[in-house]
Amino acid sequence: METSPVLDDAARQVANRRLAIRLALVAVFFAGFGFALVPLYDAFCRMTGLDGRTGVMAASAVENSQVDYSRWVTVEFLSHAMPGVGLEFVPEQFKMRVHPGAVAHINYVAKNPTDRRFIGQAVPNVTPGIAAKHFKKIECFCFTQQTFQPGEVRQMPVTFVVSPELTQDLSTVTLSYTFYEAVKERS
Amino acid sequence: MTTAANHADHAHHGHHPKGLAHWLTTTNHKDIGTMYLIFAFTMLLTGGAMILGVRAELFQPGLQLMQPEFFNQLITLHGLVMVFGAAMPAATGLANWMLPMTIGAPDMALPRLNNWSFWILPPAALMLVLPFFLGLAGIGPGAVDTGWTMYAPLSIQTGWGMDFAIFAVHMLGVSSILASINVIVTILNMRAPGMTLMKMPMFAHGFLMTAGLLILIMPVLAGGVTMVLLDRHFGTHFFNAAGGGDPVLWQHIFWFMGHPEVYVLLLPIAGAIPHVLSAFSRKPMYGYRAQVYSIWSIAALSLVVWAHHMFTSGMSVGGQLYFMYSTMLISLPLAVLFFCWIATVWRGSVSFETPMLFALGFVILFGWGGLTGLVLADAAAVPQYHNAYFLVAHFHYALYPTTVMGAMAAIYYWLPKWTGHMLDERLGKLHFWTVIVGVNLTFIPQFFVGLAGMPRRIPDYPLMFAEWNMLSSTGALILGISHLMFIYIVIKCVRGGKKAEASAWEGATGLEWTVPSPAPYHTFETQPVVK
Repeated sequence: METSPVLDDAARQVANRRLAIRLALVAVFFAGFGFALVPLYDAFCRMTGLDGRTGVMAASAVENSQVDYSRWVTVEFLSHAMPGVGLEFVPEQFKMRVHPGAVAHINYVAKNPTDRRFIGQAVPNVTPGIAAKHFKKIECFCFTQQTFQPGEVRQMPVTFVVSPELTQDLSTVTLSYTFYEAVKERS
Repeated sequence: MTTAANHADHAHHGHHPKGLAHWLTTTNHKDIGTMYLIFAFTMLLTGGAMILGVRAELFQPGLQLMQPEFFNQLITLHGLVMVFGAAMPAATGLANWMLPMTIGAPDMALPRLNNWSFWILPPAALMLVLPFFLGLAGIGPGAVDTGWTMYAPLSIQTGWGMDFAIFAVHMLGVSSILASINVIVTILNMRAPGMTLMKMPMFAHGFLMTAGLLILIMPVLAGGVTMVLLDRHFGTHFFNAAGGGDPVLWQHIFWFMGHPEVYVLLLPIAGAIPHVLSAFSRKPMYGYRAQVYSIWSIAALSLVVWAHHMFTSGMSVGGQLYFMYSTMLISLPLAVLFFCWIATVWRGSVSFETPMLFALGFVILFGWGGLTGLVLADAAAVPQYHNAYFLVAHFHYALYPTTVMGAMAAIYYWLPKWTGHMLDERLGKLHFWTVIVGVNLTFIPQFFVGLAGMPRRIPDYPLMFAEWNMLSSTGALILGISHLMFIYIVIKCVRGGKKAEASAWEGATGLEWTVPSPAPYHTFETQPVVK
């Protein structure tokens, strides 16, 4: 490769074609890499909590966790419904003080004031990002799709633990839910 | 090889179709290079006309000429047309013309592929701008209006101009990947005997890295826009949070392509300019090895710094620090390039012909673009500058001096070789000074209004920005006129002028200056040997 190979015309054509095909394969590989970024990104965000993605914890694991009674963390609750969803969606209280490691509980209330059935799902987000993976939900209405009949009002529970591993620098964590209309069945 | 012998060769190859069929079927690198350059210049005028519409609207505060929706289409098309339609094809045109000649090859390695990679471009460009003209005629929602970055979720929700843009990006991507494959194969397999990689002209080094980058990044963008298409029409949710997707993922995919793209535009010019500087300083270029290694490290670093475009999209402190420092790291190899360029001119026997003026203009103005880029790389400072006109001024100082002034320096430098005539120096100098006045009058005011907080992509602004915007719009008009001067100068040079010698410029070195001017239709059928 230091100098170009000295070849006759036919041999050079073969060499050129071979190199061109290899380079095309590199391009195809990187097209695949573009798509592979989707699961990679997802895994990366889950691993680091960078995206504000919250952690999940099995109920059985709770008993083993140590409660840190020496400090308090304030958890703030936010709620949004996407424009056009027509859902009235609020937490029962806007903030709560918890000890890291202790199981806490809060209800969100949603009302469907419209006259049609609403199927949707809430997507959680925690800020600041570094707190996200230490915010573990044991039970959450956001795990599944929710259906509301016209006029229905419903309390929806969230059970969570703020892990004691949360950095000492943080005294406030904000949990936000955004309600989306579930994807419509394609007809 | 004499001209007569070449004509004999020419007849030997015979059976060329004439007229349009000739241009459709030609596999000659010079023909294809010419077509690339003409296409790129047509796109430069198209994108320029669009942005003149924008500047006309911004001449005064308030909405005078157009609605915001139309304004959005103009800025979006301006960006896409300039990057993919003008800047990249102009560089490819230069590569087609000059790569074989500078490395002593008879033609590009894959001539038929070369023909295809050009002829994909015009339909792609048509695809991109068609919805715009249909929209003007009252048909459909108009062209893509998301900004050239096509951020989700807007790109998922906007009208079908976006679908046209997606297919246009696919075609443009295929075209540039094919052209890149051709360039790499040509450089690796077709060099003259004896020309080692480290004896290769800088121009070839710049282009080798550009082509390598394109093969890595364009497929990723093609994949990304395919996901947008799937989200829009096939019920997937790559970028739709309601279905578990993430709009920020689009930003990552886009900037994984978008940031190296900046260096894709820079490196061919960074390769060509040292030849011009060296010729008109009558000195060998300074620090050849240092420049080559700098180009390599710039290309490698450019792949791992993309998220500095996303500091305000929400990022952990660790992420911000990494992307800030890695971005600033790129300024080291770039500084090496700069100092080598300056050292090439330093204490040389310098004369200021038109190509040299453009090359020096490029060095100075691109320096401003680079330094203001350091400000924007600072994660702590960027919340003030992000998406303000400061950013607009920065990247136009980075891109206009490279892709337009740098390309013009290269074109003026090699024009005698292409046409056989020297260009009209008086007009060339007038062109240069018009460009200098135009570009600075357009973009210096944008630094000021940007620092004061004027956001980009908004068709209206507060009264306090009025004077600067008026100056900027005036500058844009001057800049637009300067491009018309360029056409006139080039046509005049093609038609006639002082006869050019084989070595048209006194200090010029390189294989391309050993063949007669104009260069015969087939050069180097017998490869020269480099010692």
